[in-house]
Amino acid sequence: MAENGAKATVTLTIDGVEVTVPSGTRVIEAAEHVGVVVPRYCYHPGIPTRPAQCRMCLVEVEGRPKLEPSCTLQAADEMVVNTASDTARTARQSVIEFLLVNHPLDCPICDAAGQCMLQDYAYVTNQLESRVDEPKRIMGRDRISDDILYFADRCVICTRCVRFMRDVAEDDSLIVAQRGDKAYIDTFPGRELDNPFQGNIVDVCPVGALVHEDFVFKARAWDMDAAASVCPGCPTGCNVTIDTKENQIVRVKPRHNAAVNSWWMCDHGRRHLVMTNRGVRAEVPLIRDGEQLRPVDWATALDWVAEQMEALGSPGGSAVVSPDASNENLFYVHRLLERLGVAGAAFRVAQGDTAALPTVPTLKLRADRAANATGVELFGGCRVDGLADGSEGNGSAVSGSEGGALVVLDDALEGAGEDFGGAADFFLYLGTRLPGAARNADAVLPIATFAEMDGTFTNFEGRVQRFHQALRPPGLARPGWMVLSRVLARLGDGEAVNEVRGAFERMVAEAPAFAGLTWDGIGLKGAPAAGSAAAAAAAAGIHGPQKADA
Amino acid sequence: MSFPHGSDLETTTRLSRHQGEADARTLDGWRARGGYEALRRSLDMSPAEITDVVKDSGLRGRGGAGFPTGLKWSFMPKDDGKPHYLCCNADESEPGAFKDREVIRWTPHLLIEGCLIASRAIGAEHAYIYVRGEFFEETQVLNAAVVEAYDNGLAGDGILGSSWSCDVTIHAGAGAYIAGEETGLMNSLMGNRAEPWAKPPFPAQAGAFGMPTTVNNVETLAAVPMILENGADWYRQWGSEQSPGTKLWSCSGHLARPGNYEFALGLPLSDIIFEACGGTPSGKPVKAVIPGGSSTAFLNGDELDCATTYEGLAEAGSALGTASPIVMDEDTDIVAAMRRIAQFYAHESCGQCVQCREGTSWVVRILQRIEAGEGRPSDIDTLYELCEQMTGRTICVLADSVVFPLQSSLDKFRADYEALMKPSLVAAG
Repeated sequence: MAENGAKATVTLTIDGVEVTVPSGTRVIEAAEHVGVVVPRYCYHPGIPTRPAQCRMCLVEVEGRPKLEPSCTLQAADEMVVNTASDTARTARQSVIEFLLVNHPLDCPICDAAGQCMLQDYAYVTNQLESRVDEPKRIMGRDRISDDILYFADRCVICTRCVRFMRDVAEDDSLIVAQRGDKAYIDTFPGRELDNPFQGNIVDVCPVGALVHEDFVFKARAWDMDAAASVCPGCPTGCNVTIDTKENQIVRVKPRHNAAVNSWWMCDHGRRHLVMTNRGVRAEVPLIRDGEQLRPVDWATALDWVAEQMEALGSPGGSAVVSPDASNENLFYVHRLLERLGVAGAAFRVAQGDTAALPTVPTLKLRADRAANATGVELFGGCRVDGLADGSEGNGSAVSGSEGGALVVLDDALEGAGEDFGGAADFFLYLGTRLPGAARNADAVLPIATFAEMDGTFTNFEGRVQRFHQALRPPGLARPGWMVLSRVLARLGDGEAVNEVRGAFERMVAEAPAFAGLTWDGIGLKGAPAAGSAAAAAAAAGIHGPQKADA
Repeated sequence: MSFPHGSDLETTTRLSRHQGEADARTLDGWRARGGYEALRRSLDMSPAEITDVVKDSGLRGRGGAGFPTGLKWSFMPKDDGKPHYLCCNADESEPGAFKDREVIRWTPHLLIEGCLIASRAIGAEHAYIYVRGEFFEETQVLNAAVVEAYDNGLAGDGILGSSWSCDVTIHAGAGAYIAGEETGLMNSLMGNRAEPWAKPPFPAQAGAFGMPTTVNNVETLAAVPMILENGADWYRQWGSEQSPGTKLWSCSGHLARPGNYEFALGLPLSDIIFEACGGTPSGKPVKAVIPGGSSTAFLNGDELDCATTYEGLAEAGSALGTASPIVMDEDTDIVAAMRRIAQFYAHESCGQCVQCREGTSWVVRILQRIEAGEGRPSDIDTLYELCEQMTGRTICVLADSVVFPLQSSLDKFRADYEALMKPSLVAAG
C-alpha cells in the first residue's frame, strides 16, 4: 500500500473476518462487507446525518474501554471489531428492554408487525420477557400530515423521519418535541408537513410509528406479496416495490437504486401507483359483428384480426400509442405499423407539476406524467398535443377520420369525437380499459397493465429498467406483446412469444436503440439504452468527446 | 446572601474575595480593585504564553469533570484560518451547585476579563457566555457589565488600545440541564435543540457553528485573571499536585451554615461540613453526603475524612464534581432523596439515547413503587442491572449521572430500601 499521502483503503477485522474497505468507511458499513448486519435504528444509509443516538449498533473494539457506535466509528487499520461479544450483545438486549418499557406491544393491530425492526431485534436479542412492572406512559396518536398518522407510543425516537425531512428534503417542518421519555415527533409549531416527498418518512420508520393513512389496518405483512417494479408516474422511473394483497396494490415503497432514485420516491408516484389498477377494465376480446362488438375467445379474435389485416388494400393509416406502454409492447406495435405501412405513431403526454428532492439530483418528479415517453420516441413516435389538433406542421396528429388502418395502443382517446376511427378501413384497439371512443373499433383486444406483466420502461435519460408482474390480469386480458406477437405470427412475422424474455430478445435483436442489452444484464438496476443520453455520457466518460465529423 | 461566610477554617477567599461588595459590579469599582490588569498584561503575552501559565498552574475545569484547562486550550488548532469561539458555560444547573451564579452576580467583570484572556489564548474572535435561563437577575448584571466593557474599550474592536479584537455576547438559555453539557450548550447556542452530539467531532475540531471552540465553566474562567497576575506558582501554593488552587464550595442540605465558601483544595471534607458549615442544625449525626452535586456518588457519614481534591474524592468512591455537598442527617429518607434525584434526571434527559430516555424514568417508577411499599427484593437486582446498562453506553453522561448516586445508595443504604419492602417478600427473596 502506498505510504505517501492518505491511504485509499484500510484493513480491519470484524467478527474474526479480515476485510479491506475504502478509508472513511464506517464500521457498520464495513461489517456488511463480511455479511454482518449490525442492528440499527437511527442509522439509515440514505440519510447523511448520524446522531448515534439509538445506541443499538454499539460494538466492542479491542483496546477501547467502552462500546462504540459502529455507525460513526471510522474503520481503521488493525482495528479488531467484535459485534457479537457478550458485552455488545447484552448492551443490545438492554436497548430492546428499554425500548419496550413504554412500548404498547400492540403488534396484533400494528401495520408494521412482521416487518418491524423492534420485533425483529426482540427476537434476535432474545429479549422476550420484560421486568417492567410499572404502568406505561401513554401518548396516543396524531395526524402528522394530511395522509400520515403518527402512533407516538410505538415511536423509538430514532429521528430518521426528522432527519430525512431536514437533511434530505431540506424541509425543517418536522421536529422532535418535548424531551426525555415524553419526546415525540411533531410538526414545528405553526408549520405543516406538506412536502412532495414526505411519504418517505413512513418508509424510513423502523417501527410502526408512522403509517400512511391509506394503508392503515389494510394488510398484514405476511398476507402481502411483493414485486420489484418501476414507478410509472413520471419519466424518472423510480425503482419501487409493489406490495399487493388479494390482487390489489395496497402499498408502494421505493427500492434502492443509486443511479435513479437513491432510497426515495415522491408522493405523486405512490398515489399514482396505488390507483393504477382501479377502474373498469377491458376483459374480453371483442370483434365487429355488424353494428355490434361481439365477445369472442382469443383464437377467434386473433384469427379474425389477422384476416382483416391481410385483406387491407393500400398501405397507410395512422396510430396512437400510450406513453405508458412498455418497450416490448411498443416494439410489437412498431413492427405491426411497419407492416401496415404506417409511419410513426402519435402520442400524447399529460403534464403536471414538477418537484425536486434537493439532495438527490437524479430524483425529480418530472412534468411528463408518463413512464415511457422516451421509449415511444425511440420507436419513432411523434409527440402531439391533442388527437385532432391541426395537422399543420404536425403530420402525425391523428384526427380519427383518416382512411387506412388505425391502431390505438391503450390511449384513453380523451377528446376524440363520436366518429373517431369511423372512416378507417380497419380500427384495432388494444387497451386496458374500454373508452367510449373505441366504439367504432373493428376489434378490441384487452391487454394487461404494466403491473400485470413483466417488461421494461425507458426512463428520461434512456435507462432501460425492468418491472415485474405484481398482479394477475383481469378476465382474458393478456400482455400486449403476447397478443401482438400472435397477430404478427399469424401474418407470418416471427413467432408467438409466451414469455417476456422472448419479446425482449426479439426487440433487442431488431431495434437498434436497444442493441446490446440483455434481460439478465439489465437486472434489477437497469442499464442505459444504446444511443440514449445516459449511454452517450458513459461513452464520453470512457472515450472522451468524439469529433462530429469523425 | 451566600457570599462566603467568615470561618475559623483556613478559608482562602481569592476568587470570591469581592463577592458581596456591590461596588465591585461596576467597572470603576472593579478597576479600583485591580480589575482588567491581568487582561492588560495578557495583551503583551503570546497566546502560547498565556496557555503555558494556565497549564503550569494546574487549573482544572470547575464544571465538574476537572479536565486540565491549559491542556484543553492547547487542543485548539493554530493558524487554521478559521474563526475560533469561546463558550463560557454559565448554565449552572447541577442540583446542589450555586457557585457560578454568585460569581456572575457579584463580579461580572471578573468573568468578562477571564473570557477575554481565554479568548486571546485560544485565538477566539467571539466569546459567548451561555447563561442559564432562570438566571434572570444575573443576566441583567452581566449584560450591564458587557455594555460597560464595550463602552470603555474592553471588548469589541481594539481592546485596550491594542490591535486585538474580541466580541462578548450573552446568550440566555431556556432552562434545560442538558444545555450545560458542552455539545448540548453549543447546539442550543446555534438555535438547535440542546442535544449533546456524539464526539468526534470534538469542540476543538468543530464546535459552535462548526468552528473550533473551547467551552469553559464560569469558575474556571474567573480563576484565570488571578493566575495570570500572580503566576502559576502562586496558584500552586494551595491544593495538591493534581488539584492545585482554591475552589468555590456550594454547601447545602442539613447544615447549620449552608452557603458558598472558598477553600484551598485538599481540606478534609469533614472539616468543611462540621467546622465551616457547623454540622447539622439539629446536631444529629450525618447519614450521607453527596459531595459534588447530585450526579456524584453518596458518601456514608463515616466516609467524610477524605481530602477534598479531585483525586481524594475519587479515592473515596465519589467525585469532586462541582464541589457542592448536599448533607443529609440521620432522619433523611434516602429512597425518597434518591427518587427525587432520579426524577430530576428523568425530567432533564434530552431523549436521544435509549438507555437514558427510558432508563431514567424506569428507575423513577421503580423507586416510586418501592416508596409506596410495593417493592420486591428483585427490584434491587433490577436497579443494579439498570445501573450497569446505563453506564458508559450513551452520548453524554446524563445517564451515568443518575447511576452514580443510585448505585452508591444501593451499596451503602440497602437496608433503607429493604425496610420499605414487605417483610414477607424480603424474607422470601
